[in-house]
Amino acid sequence: MCDQTFLAITFGPCDNCSETKPLMNIYVKNEPINYCSLCVERMACQGLGPNETLATLKTESETLKTKLEEERAKLHDAELHQVAEKVEALGQFIIKTRRTLKGHGNKVLCMDWCKDKRRIVSSSQVRPFRWRRHEHAVTMPCTWVMACAYAPSGCAVACGGLDNKCSVYPLSLDKNENLAAKKKSVAMHTNYLSACSFTNSDMQILTSSGDGTCALWDVESGQLLQSFHGHSADVLCLDLAPSETGNTFVSGGCDKKANVWDMRSGQCIQSFESHESDINSVRYYPSGDAFASGSDDATCRLFDLRADREVSVYSKDSIIFGVSSVDFSLSGRLLFGGYNDYTINVWDVLKGTRVSILFGHENRVSTLRVSPDGTAFCSGSWDHTLRIWA
Amino acid sequence: MARDMSDIDILKMELQQLQKEVKNEREPVSKTAKELVDWVEANSAEDILLKGVPEDKNPFKEKGGCIIT
Repeated sequence: MCDQTFLAITFGPCDNCSETKPLMNIYVKNEPINYCSLCVERMACQGLGPNETLATLKTESETLKTKLEEERAKLHDAELHQVAEKVEALGQFIIKTRRTLKGHGNKVLCMDWCKDKRRIVSSSQVRPFRWRRHEHAVTMPCTWVMACAYAPSGCAVACGGLDNKCSVYPLSLDKNENLAAKKKSVAMHTNYLSACSFTNSDMQILTSSGDGTCALWDVESGQLLQSFHGHSADVLCLDLAPSETGNTFVSGGCDKKANVWDMRSGQCIQSFESHESDINSVRYYPSGDAFASGSDDATCRLFDLRADREVSVYSKDSIIFGVSSVDFSLSGRLLFGGYNDYTINVWDVLKGTRVSILFGHENRVSTLRVSPDGTAFCSGSWDHTLRIWA
Repeated sequence: MARDMSDIDILKMELQQLQKEVKNEREPVSKTAKELVDWVEANSAEDILLKGVPEDKNPFKEKGGCIIT
């Protein structure tokens, strides 16, 4: 018997022009509609000006992208590692795990340091999830937390994830206090919350989401202060510029772009598209003039904001697993990257070479942050532990 | 929200963004890279992860052990 494939075509009156024709069954904003092919084309062209078609818009876009690359290339008169040739090479690197924090009971997804440098908040994929603060575990009724952040004062913690929200929990020294009751929902997105960060005070929170936007919220009122549109896919990470350098932040997404935003106007100032896959982590260089990114394409990259281009790629043929998380040491000389192959690679930012590879975790490294005073860094992993390295 | 936008809207948004970015001011890499290097050198001394500290001053070193009385 031969295989026969049947193609079913709906034939009937078009929802739009009412003529009886072969229909295309499509979904617009989750609603099924049955339009004939002519009406589908007409609909696709709505929103275009005279003489504009999807094709002309695409061509114009490509032309501009080429022009942008040309402008950037004109100023590409040196390489970072060349300029850094005379810098003293790094000596032998001795860094090891000093503490292993167990007790999460499930994959650690994110963590943050308190400004007092000794406390850490972390979250995992547990129901209900736990906060680890000092050595007290505080249980809160929130599931699937993908992002957490300590407030600058150390008195509150923000978190969110698959609930599409970012909530703020005040912390108290009373272990018995029911913190769930004091939870304040601040941010509301239409898809998962991927990252959150307090700005310079406890009063405002910046969030990024799977809905493709970032947003700035007032904690007290829950009001949306500014929203940031520009990514064409999920936004996975964000980082605020060091306070001295002004009101900007950088975000990275599944559209392979890293965007730099002006927090007050909501405008995207600069955009970088050289990664070949999702950008999982972005972090500002300590001086604020550059930022690093880590991606599923197994590379970390350094982008110079004033030269408006990528200036370094940190990669090796032997590294094929994605980077989940990056952070700089205090001076910006070292870049730490947590990888999905369970390792942490340490890169010499200026020379572009790998300084060290750190083993220890028994599953993906999902999060990595250097302490505020630069004396240590903490890594969290799917192996249920957090490790402090110094 | 990106997920709800049609292809046309996304293209238009990208186009507007590109038109803005082309006009951005830029500096040559030779100048900016030098400034990055200078910043690192200026701050290297305080970078403990870079320079390391003697074991006895390391705040994360496990304390304890034997006490001889």
